[in-house]
Amino acid sequence: MSIKGKAYIAGAFEHPTRHAPDKTVAQLHAEVALGALADAGLTRDDVDGYFCSGDAPGPGPASMAEYMNLKLRHAESTELGGASYTVMAAHAAEAIAAGKCDVALVTLAGRPRSEGMATGTAPRPRDPNQPEAAWEAPYAITTANAYAMGAARHMHEYGTTSEQLAWVKVAASHHAQHNPHAMLPEVVTVDDVVNSPMIASPLHRLDCCVISDGGGALVIVRPEIARKLKRPLVKIIGAGEAVKHLAGGTFDLTTTGAARSGPIAFAEAGVTPADIKYASIYDSFTITVLIQIEDLGFCAKGAGGKFVADGNLISGTGKLPFNTDGGGLCNNHPANRGSMTKVIEAVRQLRGEAHPAVQVKNCDLALAQGMGFLLATRHGSGTLIMERE
Amino acid sequence: MARKITPPVVTPETKPFWDAAREGRFTVPTCGACGKAHWYPRAICPFCASDEVEWRESAGKGTIYTFSVMRRVKDPYAIAHVTLAEGPTMLTNIVDCDFDTLRIGQPVAVVFKETENGPPAPMFKPA
Repeated sequence: MSIKGKAYIAGAFEHPTRHAPDKTVAQLHAEVALGALADAGLTRDDVDGYFCSGDAPGPGPASMAEYMNLKLRHAESTELGGASYTVMAAHAAEAIAAGKCDVALVTLAGRPRSEGMATGTAPRPRDPNQPEAAWEAPYAITTANAYAMGAARHMHEYGTTSEQLAWVKVAASHHAQHNPHAMLPEVVTVDDVVNSPMIASPLHRLDCCVISDGGGALVIVRPEIARKLKRPLVKIIGAGEAVKHLAGGTFDLTTTGAARSGPIAFAEAGVTPADIKYASIYDSFTITVLIQIEDLGFCAKGAGGKFVADGNLISGTGKLPFNTDGGGLCNNHPANRGSMTKVIEAVRQLRGEAHPAVQVKNCDLALAQGMGFLLATRHGSGTLIMERE
Repeated sequence: MARKITPPVVTPETKPFWDAAREGRFTVPTCGACGKAHWYPRAICPFCASDEVEWRESAGKGTIYTFSVMRRVKDPYAIAHVTLAEGPTMLTNIVDCDFDTLRIGQPVAVVFKETENGPPAPMFKPA
């Protein structure tokens, strides 16, 4: 069964906060849920499906369903880290296509900034039952050095340079200057990036995303409901997911799960990378964008450095406008998870509601790419393709 | 190394590895059925699903597949993936060296480093 055309994104909302010390995580989830429902022109009583991931407090969807007093006939929790939201948007479409729900709510929220989390540079606590724990914890693997190892190998194999990586940040900053909510609205240069302090070689401070509080939500509905609402019609037409891991010690770090989730999504949608007018690409680090652009087929493997250079990702001038809200690199990175805001900005682009300075002309086909967990060990990937009807 | 090293959690599945490590011996799990070595160690072969995994003594030689030096901490350290002569590539640290001289492809050899109240962890130094 294909999900092509079986569900529409009727509501999308990004929390404006970037620092929320006076709110709880549950409260933020509820605020983004209400924001997305208001955007769609629906209410809590319309929701019969709820989807959340590990950032939602409590076990699975139960605690938040109670907090928001939802009456559900379908509930799901999917944990693929930051990739969970492109994946759950597709799962919501699957549930709708199967008749399991009519109005699906997907939420994300968190407060790593208020909680003082060293998101990228400190090892995270882990469950001792994780089979890999003993083989990773002694070595102090962190988010930053896990992506840095991929960057180092990509440089070694393909000659990718720090300056090319810097262009990803430069492009994001060109977009962020138009976003009043962006944490880093200043336009930066390649020199600014490569001269910023080294965090985990070869990644500099400005190769890294921000740490922010906040969240976002989506409301996904069956076609008959979408057509009764007053919002532009954003149709889900293809999705793919993948988990890439170390495969018993036989792996490469120069490709991501997007090399598998991407082709699945393109095949379902019946479109090619050349057809995509706008792409939201998860951007925990500059290298994350570069590798996934290759994996999704926007350029050949190894050619990402040349592809992202010289402003090719900047809306209005580049061939592949990306992350026009400023992305995780400049705008926000709520709960240290990126793919929710990736879908939200793609929806804005398809509706023609992005900032006029970054709005892609005639944007009728967009892609959102999420990646969760670590490049250097195991990660999830979710590709979502949407069409303006 | 000034950095305190988190001790590995010893499980029934991997106790023989850590017992050998305490004696300074590096062992690589190898499947008696398909003959392939794997990493990280587990009781079920990830390639053929056989449970005939054996701990084979290794010389602990390999080359650096990739590495990164964490600078944003009080005591910088080098994390790496090292491809073992036996085949699989493993996550580790590169120690006892000048981090600025490390390069991908460099030959390295195993060295055990003390952890906090646990068995020593296998790390590598330039060979």
